[in-house]
Amino acid sequence: MAKMKFLCDSERCIECNGCVTACKNANETEWGIQRRRVVTIDDGEPNETSISVACMHCTDAPCMAVCPTDCFYQTDDGIVLHDKDLCIGCGYCLFACPFGAPQFPKQGAFGERGKMDKCTFCAGGPEEDPAKQKAKYGANRIAEGKLPLCAEMCSTKALLAGDAQTVSDIFRERVVYRGHKDGAWSSLDSEKAVPGEMSQQQMAALADELAVDAGNIIAKA
Amino acid sequence: MMIKTIQHNSRLTAGGCFTVLLLALTAFMFAFSGDVSAADQATEKVQGNFAGADYWRSVSDGTEGYTTSQGAEHGQLINVDGERWRHWRNKWISPGGLIAIGGSLGLLVLVYLTLGCMKLDKPRTGRLVLRWGLFDRAMHWFVAITFLTLAFSGLNILYGKHFIPEYFGYDIWKNLIALSKFLHNYIGPVFSVGLLVMIVRWFGHNFFNMTDLKWFIQGGGLIGNKHPSAGFLNGGEKGWFWALTILGLVVVGSGLVLDFPLFGQTRNDMQTANLIHGGVSLLLVAVSLGHIYIGTIGSEGALEGMKTGYVDETWAKQHHDLWYEEVKDQIKEPAGEEKSATEKGNTGRA
Repeated sequence: MAKMKFLCDSERCIECNGCVTACKNANETEWGIQRRRVVTIDDGEPNETSISVACMHCTDAPCMAVCPTDCFYQTDDGIVLHDKDLCIGCGYCLFACPFGAPQFPKQGAFGERGKMDKCTFCAGGPEEDPAKQKAKYGANRIAEGKLPLCAEMCSTKALLAGDAQTVSDIFRERVVYRGHKDGAWSSLDSEKAVPGEMSQQQMAALADELAVDAGNIIAKA
Repeated sequence: MMIKTIQHNSRLTAGGCFTVLLLALTAFMFAFSGDVSAADQATEKVQGNFAGADYWRSVSDGTEGYTTSQGAEHGQLINVDGERWRHWRNKWISPGGLIAIGGSLGLLVLVYLTLGCMKLDKPRTGRLVLRWGLFDRAMHWFVAITFLTLAFSGLNILYGKHFIPEYFGYDIWKNLIALSKFLHNYIGPVFSVGLLVMIVRWFGHNFFNMTDLKWFIQGGGLIGNKHPSAGFLNGGEKGWFWALTILGLVVVGSGLVLDFPLFGQTRNDMQTANLIHGGVSLLLVAVSLGHIYIGTIGSEGALEGMKTGYVDETWAKQHHDLWYEEVKDQIKEPAGEEKSATEKGNTGRA
């Protein structure tokens, strides 16, 4: 079974906020709720780096572990979804989430927050009626065999979404082609990846090798 | 800067965790001190406009960047403290609370099985002494009922998900947990008011003195066969008052931080407040069981005082001899008229 993951290639992200707009448009989230955001570190400096971030659909999701209602569940694809009927708006998922993904329509006295909303990997939510599902959870593109709109519309293909294996294969291939010695996993034998000293075939072979390694890592996890 | 300070605070509260981290960090630094040049080379390699190790290190340290999102703390890419909170809540507070409450319950069952209900030594005389006025009683039950509401809803919020959905089904669980949150958040401030009034009103009665020390030395009558002397309140009652005051105020304070997220509380503030609130309130519930036990099935005649306001002369003499000496002139004869008036008052309140 596929394990769905997002990956944002910080080398490619140009902070256009297209993913943010695409997400907002696909899911028509409530006013004030923005499921995806782009964060730029060292903005305006030579090493400025942007990353698009939303719910990362953690395998061991902290939100799931602390939710008092147990309203979270993981689909067979590893997508973390939640039941808004069960959600009481306590905010615990937000306190636990490393990415600040869970959001609430309001923040009032007596802990009145409304129902939590977060990225669903464009997989909708637990609601039979498609119209109701769309209104409550946003788009269910996964059911239509499509990937999340944010990644699909990313103009530089910085934001990747899909099966973890495929996504990491693509990323590793990029890392190899960039000739980056210590790319993502620096423990790998990087001596082979010297820019300008490898043929296209060699690079492709190395990318394959790295991809196999990623498969092993995922298999172990 | 603000975030940094808060992180620091949360580390202080998680003192043990922090020490372990510090040790690990020191060991780490020693292990790598000989490898500086290699590390520099690695940094050089990843420079250019590619986000290198330093970048990710600062990101996981909670560095904030620029974002167009208006969400609170959305400039921060990664907040690792949530994971620490999860660990402390799920691995320490949650089982710790079960141990505290289970231990307290177990101890009380043991006490009940070995000692049984503490009966009155002598038959009742039927003559009644006024112990708690209407205001005191109303206040007591106001605090008691709100306390129990908060205790049960709070326990449901912490433990309910582990068994209620399984045994009672989705619909009951859905309504019960929503009700729990609602009651907890709205009754909380109401309880706070009751608690404050109670503390102010009973403060004066509760200073420890030598009589209480002797009371404690005799274990409240468990050690030796003579019932120790006590004034209006005995050592145990005073102990409970101070436990409720100190633990209660901490619970109320941290609870208000959680209940009114209107003052720019960060996630880290909420995590810290939640740990304090959960830990201390579970302890308070564990201690309260002792009070509930002794006030109901543990000691004959104790509940009457808080129900009707009056206690039997025999009870007063046995449990609060010094107080009895003070008030014995005001003892009410078991006149039919007065007694029925008291009972009328009871039903009216119930």
